[in-house]
Amino acid sequence: MQTETRTTIDRTTTSGGTSISVMRFTGDISSASKESVLGAWQTVSGNGPVLLDFSKVEYINSSGIGLIITMLMEADKSGQKVAVFGLTPHFQKVFTMVGIGKYAGLHKDQETAAASL
Amino acid sequence: MSERKTTNVEVRLPSRMGFEKVAMSTAASVAKLMGFRDDRVEDLKTAVAEACINAIEHGNQLNEKLSVGVILSASADGLEVKVVDNGEGISKQPPKPDIDRKVHGEEDPRGMGMFLIQALVDEAEWVHDSKGNGSYVRLVIRLDRESEFDKESK
Repeated sequence: MQTETRTTIDRTTTSGGTSISVMRFTGDISSASKESVLGAWQTVSGNGPVLLDFSKVEYINSSGIGLIITMLMEADKSGQKVAVFGLTPHFQKVFTMVGIGKYAGLHKDQETAAASL
Repeated sequence: MSERKTTNVEVRLPSRMGFEKVAMSTAASVAKLMGFRDDRVEDLKTAVAEACINAIEHGNQLNEKLSVGVILSASADGLEVKVVDNGEGISKQPPKPDIDRKVHGEEDPRGMGMFLIQALVDEAEWVHDSKGNGSYVRLVIRLDRESEFDKESK
């Protein structure tokens, strides 16, 4: 019943030459996404700034938010910068409500998110 | 005394994660028919999904022999949603989630559901049936009202 989560990772470079990992999520972000989301996170954890792309995600529940906070916990420990982009206006509001914006900037698109890191 | 006309829609869900999306879609369809703005439909979808997840996971403890009832009552001024499970309900409200404590590992990174429900709808109450017939959460979202969060953000 739950839509599968696919997480892909690619890399981009800012105009200043900084290399950034981009985690792109597709499908739902829920309790069933743990392996896909945190498994992918392990490949970028501790390895420079990270962008989280939600532009192909339609449903995020509180368990999914818990997974995002788990990534932010690990990033905070290692001093790794994280920024988010591609959220719908509703999930931008939800992320702001729960305080995620304090630990990961919430941006409209990849360009502005990358420029913030 | 004038009688208040309501239209009811009921859905029964198996206690399996993922089926909250059936209730979410049904609530969204009813809210759209009633003329709710798109942003309020999105608020309702998240609140209903979180109420159903709590009922499936905590109320019915993922026991697929038990079902979760979702009763939508549409009236002229708003939509009431009751999500009924076989659990004992909650004895007290959990504290408001603290993002700093979560990020620093002092609080479970999960546990946002009840907070989101309360933040996104106009009324939310958790009711325990003293006759042992289960518990329910009752949500109300009113037509032509912004969420408290949207009002505060302006």
